[in-house]
Amino acid sequence: MPVFYGTEIDSALMLGTAQYPSPSILADAFRAARPGIATVSLRREAGGGQGFWDLVSGLGARILPNTAGCHTVKEAVTTAQMARELFGTSWIKLEVIGHADTLQPDVVALIEAATILSADGFEVFPYCTEDLTVCARLLDAGCQVLMPWGAPIGSGRGINNAYGLRSLRAHFPDVPLVVDAGIGLPSHAAQAMEMGFDAVLLNSAVARAGDPAAMARAMALAVEAGRAAFTADPMDARDMAAPSTPVIGKAFLE
Amino acid sequence: MNITLNGAPCQTAAATMAALLVEQGFGPKVATARNGDFVPAPMRPDTPITEGDRIEVLAPMQGG
Repeated sequence: MPVFYGTEIDSALMLGTAQYPSPSILADAFRAARPGIATVSLRREAGGGQGFWDLVSGLGARILPNTAGCHTVKEAVTTAQMARELFGTSWIKLEVIGHADTLQPDVVALIEAATILSADGFEVFPYCTEDLTVCARLLDAGCQVLMPWGAPIGSGRGINNAYGLRSLRAHFPDVPLVVDAGIGLPSHAAQAMEMGFDAVLLNSAVARAGDPAAMARAMALAVEAGRAAFTADPMDARDMAAPSTPVIGKAFLE
Repeated sequence: MNITLNGAPCQTAAATMAALLVEQGFGPKVATARNGDFVPAPMRPDTPITEGDRIEVLAPMQGG
């Protein structure tokens, strides 16, 4: 099971809490999947904060607050500071968005914010791209986990750059790596885990399914299967067929 | 005194952040910022509210 900043998590599935049709369906999805971590955010208080907090505290998952929607270093750092107090955790999923249409991270601002927050005692989970140099800089900044995107947030396109993510896994064999965003189907989640990623973080794929609890369960099974496959050392693919049934001993029946 | 509270114009008589939260009826599960800077809970009684301040009061919410 994944270990983030010295804490072992019970499941390699990390699940968001947004966009569910109702709070009870959110709770059903968490019961069905038993994810190890639940992501949450901070927004202007309009009366629902306490109720939501009571709900997520009872989900049985560790809380990972995010800085979703922040576009500058200053915004992200202030949001992280508020999250640390509000949620009582030094963990922060650091998002610094650079582009409105793709929600692609502003990796330059991300590195700067990660440096400031790590120096201030935060344990940063950076939402990043699979760029090797950017990821190396994030590790230099103090991050001990990396969360590259599979595809743009909410797109459900799966693993857009399998080569890049495999390359990242190979370059940083000892760093916990999470594919965050873009997962649409259990097969995408399984693919990430088969590639040796330590966990998968997803939200829309479950919340926007017709039956979120059933999809949550499917994702949990896929993550478990993908991890088991990775540890089982899969065979290499080959271009030519190779008969699996023995050739020797076949009857001559012409 | 006129301030901006969570993006909306607001008239207040509160002299401090702590007083503002009480005056405006916020519950305990909030985090605060003044003019873009985090105000930790223990600092709220000593943090003045002045004309034109931009105050943010945030709560736990759904997130991905």
